[in-house]
Amino acid sequence: MAVLALVPLAYVVSYVVAIGPVELWELVARPRIAELLRNTITLAVACMAATAALGVALAVAVERTDLPGRRLWHGLLVAPLAVPAFVNGYAWVSLDRGVQGFGGAFAVVTLSYYPLVYLPVVAMLRRLDPALEETAFSLGHSRSRTFRTVVLPQLRPALLGGALLVGLHLLAEFGALSLLRFPTFTTAIYDQYGSTFNGAAATAMAGVLVLLCLVLLLADLRLRGDRRYARVGRGAARTAVPLTLGPWRAPVLASVGAVVVLALGVPAFSLVRWLVAGTSTEFPVAELTEALVATLALALAGAVVTTLAAIPVVWLAVRHRGWASTVIERSTYVANALPGIVVGLALVVASLRVVPVVYQTAGLLVAAYAILFLPRAVVTVRAGLEQAPAVLDDVSHSLGLGTLATARRVTLPLIAPSLGAGAALVFLAISTELTATLMLSPIGTSTLATEFWSASSELRYGAAAPYALLLVLVSIPATVLLMRADSPAARTETVPA
Amino acid sequence: MSSLTITGVTKTFGTGPDATRAVDDVTLHVPHGSFTTVLGPSGCGKTTLLRLIAGFLVPDAGSIAFGATTVAGDGVRPVPPQSRHVGYVPQEGALFPHLDVAANIAFGLPSHARGGQAGRDRVTEMLDLVELPSHFRDRRPDELSGGQQQRVALARSLAPQPAVVLLDEPFSSLDASLRGTTAAAVRRALAATTTTALLVTHDQNEALSLADQVAVMRGGRLVQSAPPSEVYLSPSDPQVAEFVGRAVVLPGTATDGRATCALGEVVLSEAATGPVALMIRPEQVYVDLAHAEGVRGTVEEVSYYGHDCAVRVVLDDGTSVLARMAGVRHPSEGDVVHLRVTGLVRAYRPEGAP
Repeated sequence: MAVLALVPLAYVVSYVVAIGPVELWELVARPRIAELLRNTITLAVACMAATAALGVALAVAVERTDLPGRRLWHGLLVAPLAVPAFVNGYAWVSLDRGVQGFGGAFAVVTLSYYPLVYLPVVAMLRRLDPALEETAFSLGHSRSRTFRTVVLPQLRPALLGGALLVGLHLLAEFGALSLLRFPTFTTAIYDQYGSTFNGAAATAMAGVLVLLCLVLLLADLRLRGDRRYARVGRGAARTAVPLTLGPWRAPVLASVGAVVVLALGVPAFSLVRWLVAGTSTEFPVAELTEALVATLALALAGAVVTTLAAIPVVWLAVRHRGWASTVIERSTYVANALPGIVVGLALVVASLRVVPVVYQTAGLLVAAYAILFLPRAVVTVRAGLEQAPAVLDDVSHSLGLGTLATARRVTLPLIAPSLGAGAALVFLAISTELTATLMLSPIGTSTLATEFWSASSELRYGAAAPYALLLVLVSIPATVLLMRADSPAARTETVPA
Repeated sequence: MSSLTITGVTKTFGTGPDATRAVDDVTLHVPHGSFTTVLGPSGCGKTTLLRLIAGFLVPDAGSIAFGATTVAGDGVRPVPPQSRHVGYVPQEGALFPHLDVAANIAFGLPSHARGGQAGRDRVTEMLDLVELPSHFRDRRPDELSGGQQQRVALARSLAPQPAVVLLDEPFSSLDASLRGTTAAAVRRALAATTTTALLVTHDQNEALSLADQVAVMRGGRLVQSAPPSEVYLSPSDPQVAEFVGRAVVLPGTATDGRATCALGEVVLSEAATGPVALMIRPEQVYVDLAHAEGVRGTVEEVSYYGHDCAVRVVLDDGTSVLARMAGVRHPSEGDVVHLRVTGLVRAYRPEGAP
């Protein structure tokens, strides 16, 4: 399975090697590529900075001040995660055609992705030991100086980790940027692939994109390594004394409210408006049902396959530590950084070349899902297996149970909840996956995402609305899981296609 | 139930120059129904020895027998742990977190004995044995304190009536006040069922107070196995002496049953001649506050514990000596006192001597 996860990377690398440096340079060193590179990097850097600032400011306002209704605000601030970025893009652009280009893309993407910074920072703020801040106060530091010198440095891993995640999401983002007419590598690869089937140009661009992703992935892996040592000991039972806002209460309240209105209110309003306008003319129950059933069937198959594939990877990583098992586990994380567009492209080319029979089958699409979402299943199942330490197996053996009986009566009952949670996360991620589904879904199969896409990209906004609504509805359970900020899943919400 | 006999057991981890001999030619007999503690510092191989007996590891050499049945070594194919009928109580209990107390205790019973009235009766019996109220049967492991978890873990291991119970530092994660009561309850439960038991620990108080026999391990080797009082009063060498309690080791010269040293003349437990190292327990050093009888010294430091106190005295010749005395009346720093040695003193061949 881990080998399968490396297929897309192997494809890109072998391709780049095969065409040789000269031709590659000709493909890459073109004004169009330079423009895409500039677009992609500018947008990524701007959005990472904006989400970082917004995420920390909101987290501090909700966790560390006497803002009224903090619990409610927390829920509302996480809720945008339930709106896929491409649905958000659709909501804005269908409301006002002016929202496009760099400004529009920047605003919509920032509003869609700031929770990826907000959530880990909130989790970190909750875990921080208030004794450290109290010590700083006792040493005569003011509140603002304590925040700068004590709190902020400890938030750094969560903040940087979240921002890197935003970067990875952004590099992979296709739907929203395409709707907002801001070309990046991902949208260009798709256009190239769709219009000309020009494999060479598309793959060369994919190579550059993969390189950008790997840079972010390496930064993230380094950070994860550091984080292990930086973790605060036992969960702090006490919470820090909240900062009194005083005269700042109204402005802070208004700012938090404005973010919620922009990130949640506008998409909701737009969706409802199109739903009303659209259903006045048509409401295709049969087509909606068909798309929903196809989506759920694909998601179910993908979830089962991905979770089953995660079990041996996790087993090796937890119970048989060694360089080989580490390499296997890490290699699944490489797939984590690969955008859906690259996985899709790689599987199209690889299947056509090696096993043409599987091209345009549901099986190939499920394989793409497994590659894309294996890391989510791995992290969740891993957390479960770590709850079942090897000493329990020893005890069970000493009580007369063999290997199979121990698996049945000890290990499986213990990891079953995490298997379920992992499968649920993958199921929900697949339901709203767009890019790989567009490229690989069998002819005649329509899913919620593909139907939404064909309607909205043809500017039939009313027809797209019911699909958008269903996409948001299936995203809600995953968002509720993620709202438990300390859940392992909070860190693994990764590259949507 | 049966005795446990370990003969010449050796276990090496790794190969080549990195190889460490974790257990080195250990021979030990635990009589039927008795309680032996294996005492040693961390890394001495005591947990490895336990895992060899349980069957989680296979010895490189030597044999292990329960009663007359050899379970490993002597050309016998090693019996897997699930067929050895050992009870195993690991550190921190390791209760199955998905099962309640009753299901944990009944875990090792055969399936026909687990359900129904017979299973319920056995669980009640075991809870009673480890001195827990019977309404604990429905609790989840996370609702129990550390000491209660250990008692349930013991009940779980005893329920299928194992040949031998192995306990791996079972009390080390408990705080001091719980440790004593839990250890006493465990000892009573083992005695009530006349279970052969082996407990591994690095805590000398625990090792001495619980066991019929203490086996001291150092660097993978078994250096002494004897009843607790013998290990304390007549340790096999000065290092063992210092490991199982505080000890004052002084050079001296022996003539037959007596020896002279910085603390004057002492009576030896075994006759010796020539230069010796004398091991004196601090409570053998009598501190005389009233009379000028014995060796004179000045009190340098007093550590007061309430029930008793430790007094460090520097003798006039510069030798530093530790004495332990009742806390009722004790000297202060700078006081001049006189010291005498009471009871028998064990003499060793001094280090470096042939």
